[in-house]
Amino acid sequence: MKVLVPVKRVVDYNVKVRVKADNSGVELANVKMSMNPFDEIAVEEAVRLKEAGTATEVVVVSIGPKQAQETIRTGLAMGGDRGILVEYDAETEPLAVAKLLKAIAAEENPDLVVLGKQAIDDDCSQTGQMLAQLLGWSQGTFASKVTPGDGTVDVTREIDGGLETIQLKMPAVVTADLRLNEPRYASLPNIMKAKKKEIAMKTPADYGVDMTPRLSTERVEEPPERQAGVMVESVSDLVAALKEKGAL
Amino acid sequence: MDRIVNRRDLAFQLYEVLDAEALTSYPRFADHGRDTFDAVIDTAERLALDKFAPHAAKADAEEPRFDGQRVHMIPEIGQALDAYVAAGFMAAHRDEADGGMALPWTIAQACAALFTGANASTTAYPFLTIAAANLLSVHGNRDQRSRYLQPMLEGRFFGTMCLSEPQAGSSLGDIRTRAEPMGAGRYRLKGAKMWISGGDHELSETIVHLVLARLPDAPPGVKGISLFIVPKHHVDDAGQVGARNDVALAGLNHKMGYRGTTNCLLNFGERDGAVGELVGEPHKGLSYMFHMMNEARVGVGLGATMMGYAGYLYSLDYARNRPQGRRPDQKDPASPPVAIIEHADVRRMLMQQKVYVEGALALTLHCARLIDQRDQTEDAEARAALVRLLDILTPIAKAWPSEYCLDANRLAIQVLGGYGYTRDYPVERLYRDNRLNPIHEGTNGIQGLDLLGRKAMIDGGAAFKALMAEIEATLAAAEAVHAVAPLRNALARLARRAALITADLGRLAAGGDVATALANSTPYLDMMGHTVIGWMWLRQALVAAAALDAGPAAGDRAFYEGKLAAARFFAAQEIPRADAQAAILESHDRSALDIDDAGF
Ligand SMILES: Cc1cc2nc3c(=O)[nH]c(=O)nc-3n(C[C@H](O)[C@H](O)[C@H](O)COP(=O)(O)OP(=O)(O)OC[C@H]3O[C@@H](n4cnc5c(N)ncnc54)[C@H](O)[C@@H]3O)c2cc1C
Repeated sequence: MKVLVPVKRVVDYNVKVRVKADNSGVELANVKMSMNPFDEIAVEEAVRLKEAGTATEVVVVSIGPKQAQETIRTGLAMGGDRGILVEYDAETEPLAVAKLLKAIAAEENPDLVVLGKQAIDDDCSQTGQMLAQLLGWSQGTFASKVTPGDGTVDVTREIDGGLETIQLKMPAVVTADLRLNEPRYASLPNIMKAKKKEIAMKTPADYGVDMTPRLSTERVEEPPERQAGVMVESVSDLVAALKEKGAL
Repeated sequence: MDRIVNRRDLAFQLYEVLDAEALTSYPRFADHGRDTFDAVIDTAERLALDKFAPHAAKADAEEPRFDGQRVHMIPEIGQALDAYVAAGFMAAHRDEADGGMALPWTIAQACAALFTGANASTTAYPFLTIAAANLLSVHGNRDQRSRYLQPMLEGRFFGTMCLSEPQAGSSLGDIRTRAEPMGAGRYRLKGAKMWISGGDHELSETIVHLVLARLPDAPPGVKGISLFIVPKHHVDDAGQVGARNDVALAGLNHKMGYRGTTNCLLNFGERDGAVGELVGEPHKGLSYMFHMMNEARVGVGLGATMMGYAGYLYSLDYARNRPQGRRPDQKDPASPPVAIIEHADVRRMLMQQKVYVEGALALTLHCARLIDQRDQTEDAEARAALVRLLDILTPIAKAWPSEYCLDANRLAIQVLGGYGYTRDYPVERLYRDNRLNPIHEGTNGIQGLDLLGRKAMIDGGAAFKALMAEIEATLAAAEAVHAVAPLRNALARLARRAALITADLGRLAAGGDVATALANSTPYLDMMGHTVIGWMWLRQALVAAAALDAGPAAGDRAFYEGKLAAARFFAAQEIPRADAQAAILESHDRSALDIDDAGF
């Protein structure tokens, strides 16, 4: 079984992002970038499937600037087998990414595509769903457990009010939620091994995908400053205060 | 905000000032590149933030406890160390055949810096183990390497360094622990060792103590000290861990800082003698220990730097966010208060921290880079020159960061005002942790004697001249660079003055008045420290000036201009401190030496 894991290079989750002075976006100069945390969880799951003998090959794909190679290398150091980088410098939108991934899936014929449930930069949470739709495959989103069977995969999903387990026919698309696993650190010996693994360099044109953005960003602003809170003595005071604010 | 180190600064130091990428031209590092260096540093930073930093305050508040049988400590320490070992840090700088990745020492030290900055006391366990492992890899025999070194690299055994005794700290020639031969290459040790960091715990299968002791026929003093491996449990010929050896924890010391690291009084041979094995030849133990002393002392300086750096970053962020007071020209009491970073005195405190921590980082990484060159060069003459340079830089790289980055911690507390004095903020803990560094690995008093009485004088001052030649070379390179002129001129003057003082004190000692010559060895260490750190700032300023000339990338201009501003501050406010020390040294002041004991 082959697993395809798309990963995105995003601003590191430890970085406190700042809005650019001209409000056109967030400051990216000299900001630490790393793999989207949900994608790390996706890589970890794929690598575990390989270690369990279920998966035979894990292919790590990224769409982004040349530096996204480093992100792919991290995936390879975690245990991925080879990488594909579709080089594209501007901001990516879920639909274009899903189209590229569809084209790559057509070439690679994976049994499973595992990706993060969302990227922490734009928080879209759309790519996995769009990809499943474009491919006409089943999808298991927000997975907290993935158990492959014979030609099928059981996915436990985090939904409002509990968990739901569904069985999907493979090939399928699975998006990883936070509790799926705790990803490993790229260990030092594996960083060296990853250096020797192959990364194929591609462009959107190789797949005939038009990346022109469908959305335009008008303005980016800091969230409004949080107002100081007040301490209330009792529940009835709280209710009174909420009524006063028109919240109840 | 970066929390442990400014990653832009670390990259600047490693790649722009030290050209660490050039290390890949040595065959041993040929498989590496900036990509692997950065990937390793990224892993170190992640691990440090995820597993080390979160329990630093808890380990400080809940220090290890001894119930008479065993030591108990918070579980987070073991969990962090398991992750450290699993990621491969224990063996990172070893060859691939030993389970390592042949990482240059420079990069390994950059990683070490991140762990120490996140949590010094948890990091102490692997550091001691790595130091002990380095010693065994050079001086242990094949059997000792397979039975002790290999499990240490795998993180199954941890190590310690047992030099100090209750009555012998600075003066190791006075140690009393004895070793009696029992045949078959084994010895029975009896004696007490004091202050042993990591001397007992349950974190590893066993603990490999490296113990200094005297053989029965040993000559007195430092020429009669031998080195022994004494494991907490017996380790059989096949490497199996067996019953307890006769090594007993007599008690834990309750310290000001570094509280997560157990610090032990260990009794060797309370019953029939602790069984040990001799390392190398008899009576050479201290020289083996000193063999790795350069690395260990530079490591202490780097650790001190990082505690200062963490405090600097914390107080900087605080100063940007704490509203208080108004500018002198803001007369309207109803105007909103400014962030304290706008106050001149707060800026001074931040700038002072910046020049201390970034200057100390430059020096300690520079030394690590020299260690790599020393170990990799094929040319015997070049190696001898590097050894000389490292010899004279080492006491400075140990002492200066441990004095001045501690002072940075004091300033960080001051920036936070009353909040800095509480345990709700990390800066007071960083200060307490850092307060160890002027004391251990040879007190700074001993470093001063080592620098002035030995390193600056031996071989007709060859090492001193080599250091001065290095500084002169940087001064020459700075000749025509207008942007660095203030520091260049101030440093050129100070370096000449330091050279004259060194020659003068040398003549005094050669003329027989050693007592006067060495009376102010600590001010001498201080003056030389500022000279060397001034040199480090000039090196940084030159790189920054060139980058600004070449037209920096968008977000980089403020960074480089910050380096130039810091260099100007060093010239204006720090070099004069060294001038004050120089005046003391020129005066041959003996007042403290001459006062009668009864006069105190
Ligand atoms: C937390 C901690 C951890 C430690 N870890 C270890 C460890 O793992 N292994 C180990 O072996 N040791 C360890 N040490 C011991 C440490 O190295 C010693 O404390 C240090 O060497 C000083 O020895 P001392 O405490 O006996 O002080 P002393 O030697 O008694 O010194 C007291 C003072 O006298 C000064 N002084 C002494 N001799 C001279 C001289 N000749 N000229 C001028 N001034 C002098 C010193 O500078 C100092 O200011 C540790 C200590 C501490 C506090």
